[in-house]
Amino acid sequence: MLIPPPPAHPRPVPAGEPRLQLINISKRYPGVLANDQVSLYVMPGEIHAVLGENGAGKSTLMKIIYGAVQADSGQIQWNGREVSVANPAAARELGIGMVFQHFQLFETLSVTENIALALPPDTDLKELATRVRTVSEKYGLPLDPDRLVHALSVGERQRVEIVRSLLQNPQLLILDEPTSVLTPQAVRKLFETLRKLASEGVSILYISHKLHEIQELCDRATVMRGGRVTGGADPKQESTASLARMMIGRELPVCQAPDYAGEVKPVLEINRINRPKDDPFGISLQDISLTVYSGEVVGIAGISGNGQAELLAALSGETTGRADSVRIAGQPVGHLHAGQRRDRGLTFVPEERLGRGAVPSMSLTQNAMLTAHRQPGLSRYGLLDFKAARDFALRCIERFDVRCNGPQSAARSLSGGNLQKFIVGREIMQAPKVMIVSQPTWGVDVGASATLRQTLVDLSREGVGVLVISEELEELFEICDRIAVLAGGRLSEATPKDETNAEKIGLLMAGPAATAPV
Amino acid sequence: MIEHLIPVLIGTLAAATPLIFAGLGELVAEKSGVINLGVEGMMLIGAVAGFGAALHWGLVAGFIAGALAGALAALPFALLTLSLGANQAASGLALTIFGSGLSAFVGQYLVSESLPGLQPWPIPGLSAIPVIGPIFFNQTVVVYLSYAAAIIVTWVLAKTRWGLVLRAVGESPEAAHTIGYPVTAIRYGAVCFGGAMAGIAGAYLSTVYTPLWVQNMTAGRGWIAVALVVFATWKPLRLLLGAYLFGGMTILQLHAQGLGVDLPSQLLSAIPYVATIVVLVLISRDRNLLLLNLPASLGKPFIPGG
Repeated sequence: MLIPPPPAHPRPVPAGEPRLQLINISKRYPGVLANDQVSLYVMPGEIHAVLGENGAGKSTLMKIIYGAVQADSGQIQWNGREVSVANPAAARELGIGMVFQHFQLFETLSVTENIALALPPDTDLKELATRVRTVSEKYGLPLDPDRLVHALSVGERQRVEIVRSLLQNPQLLILDEPTSVLTPQAVRKLFETLRKLASEGVSILYISHKLHEIQELCDRATVMRGGRVTGGADPKQESTASLARMMIGRELPVCQAPDYAGEVKPVLEINRINRPKDDPFGISLQDISLTVYSGEVVGIAGISGNGQAELLAALSGETTGRADSVRIAGQPVGHLHAGQRRDRGLTFVPEERLGRGAVPSMSLTQNAMLTAHRQPGLSRYGLLDFKAARDFALRCIERFDVRCNGPQSAARSLSGGNLQKFIVGREIMQAPKVMIVSQPTWGVDVGASATLRQTLVDLSREGVGVLVISEELEELFEICDRIAVLAGGRLSEATPKDETNAEKIGLLMAGPAATAPV
Repeated sequence: MIEHLIPVLIGTLAAATPLIFAGLGELVAEKSGVINLGVEGMMLIGAVAGFGAALHWGLVAGFIAGALAGALAALPFALLTLSLGANQAASGLALTIFGSGLSAFVGQYLVSESLPGLQPWPIPGLSAIPVIGPIFFNQTVVVYLSYAAAIIVTWVLAKTRWGLVLRAVGESPEAAHTIGYPVTAIRYGAVCFGGAMAGIAGAYLSTVYTPLWVQNMTAGRGWIAVALVVFATWKPLRLLLGAYLFGGMTILQLHAQGLGVDLPSQLLSAIPYVATIVVLVLISRDRNLLLLNLPASLGKPFIPGG
């Protein structure tokens, strides 16, 4: 495949030799060709986007550049010379830095210690602390070098990763989905830092699936789909729709949310939940109250680690409390465990699909029974009716368009999107009064995400109260009627979508200055 | 009163010494994320190897042989758990059973032998300090080495690059691997260090403390060492305290038996084990302290790229 020619450009890409050039990189994993003849190049001082869905092969490609994974074939050229990047240490020696989507940090070590681990062994810790301070201030990434990482907010942890890369004086900085955990304000700060770095000659590879960010930040984009490069573009010249077409091969689906005409009554009442944290890495819940009515979707925005896990546990029944702290359709259930709450009309889709939402090695039929066994007809005299269960799983597969080899397939054999459709479907088919969903489209491809969002909106319009906890602000603005923010263990008031915007929600997400300064 | 206590306290330090060596070794292994329940077995192998070598070539050779044998015994465990991803608890138990059997087999020729032991070597000046002097500074060289070992391990873990890398590997092998550290090699090193220290502990028991070889002579001290590490919340100086507690109770119950206390001797012999565990459980109740010091990857296999 030929390298796409540089397009006409508002901010000229510096001429000369590319800093990094990939030529026909291929990588095969068992059963999937993750990278198929991928070529791209990055110039010095250029901010280059790699755009693609989950599973498009972006992360594999970046791991190949960073030496964490070896390509099966193809060539990597660095400043005009062919190189082989055997491991991350070799990449760092070349001047390649990487900020991972899943932070590679050590929780019980201090900021300085975390950074020292990525630097040459003779680094003096005291002197390093001073350098950390200097560099972090220069690039607008304030950090206290002595704090332990587990006490930092997610945004601060990302700063540690970035400062760690910067101290290695990189010529190329790779950022993998860096904004998925940031508030809109923090994203703007990050972009300022990146532009400053680019103006100093650092090349930046920016991996993302968020179109508007790429349009705002990047000079050039390489679009990937299914492991191959499907196009190169100047993102500022393209429309969101045309970029989306390149990324997913068709139009971006839009969610339809009609008005609800049915009876409005409270179906989920959360009444002053207080819960001290029970381990040093946790968050205390403080005075959380919220009411979800039939016919609406309520969203809880906020960055994970601000009490989401604790609140979900308190709502699902994994932890219990005062009877009247949680009510389902008027009945107090705060003291009841998860199964008893389900009996009263609650269904729940956790964030981890494999492990909590479904048992990876069990078949779809068996997984359906895990929560649906309380449905009439699926068990008799305490014994499971597996024929009925199979029918139930089959209906779920058909109704929610789950792509699989039938109800006997193991849960782990499904893609993230299909398994999520199955789990959400399983819960919906139990005719809930309230449905709580955590991160409904995390790691799910664009097509399945759109289906899932529409499914949740449709469910609410049938008179169910739907509560969605998500890190994706855009998603919440697409499907929710009201949005609240969970930050530092406190929940803000739920505001109708039309009366707020991403900016206001972002400020609330940052929370009190002490826990998450922006 | 204090004059009567001094002999007890002198004995305490000697009795605690094997626990300090074995415990420090296990602590280092656990800090790298590997829990090795084979300490008892490695101690026994070190004890028999040390005793045999000391008979022929003297005490120093005995300790070297003990350390080498302990490290060698740790190797198959490391191979199973680190390279092949086997379950650490099961592999460690197997190592203990293996060590107990192997040492009994090899040691059958040594049962009637005995060694002269080791005379205390008072440190000039320090040993003259009232009370503290005779307790801490009129001991055998090996006891002094146990102080040094505790200080060195504390210092290396807290202050040096090696310690930092070791803690990082135990905290998150995935992140350490991604940054570019050879996680498996580092863990091999930590496990073998643990084996060598357990071997030294065993050699001390057979060549200095008793000094003779008896089958299964460690009598559960390896298990106490493993427990001490957890209850000491992976802090070497707390481990030292725990070891002295156990040592003190051991000596006290011996004295009690000697004075003819009207209790079955088996019950008295059990007291140090019970007392140590109870006290340590009580002082390590602080969940936060436990979680902050617990190596997060403890007991979980890590196969790079897997």
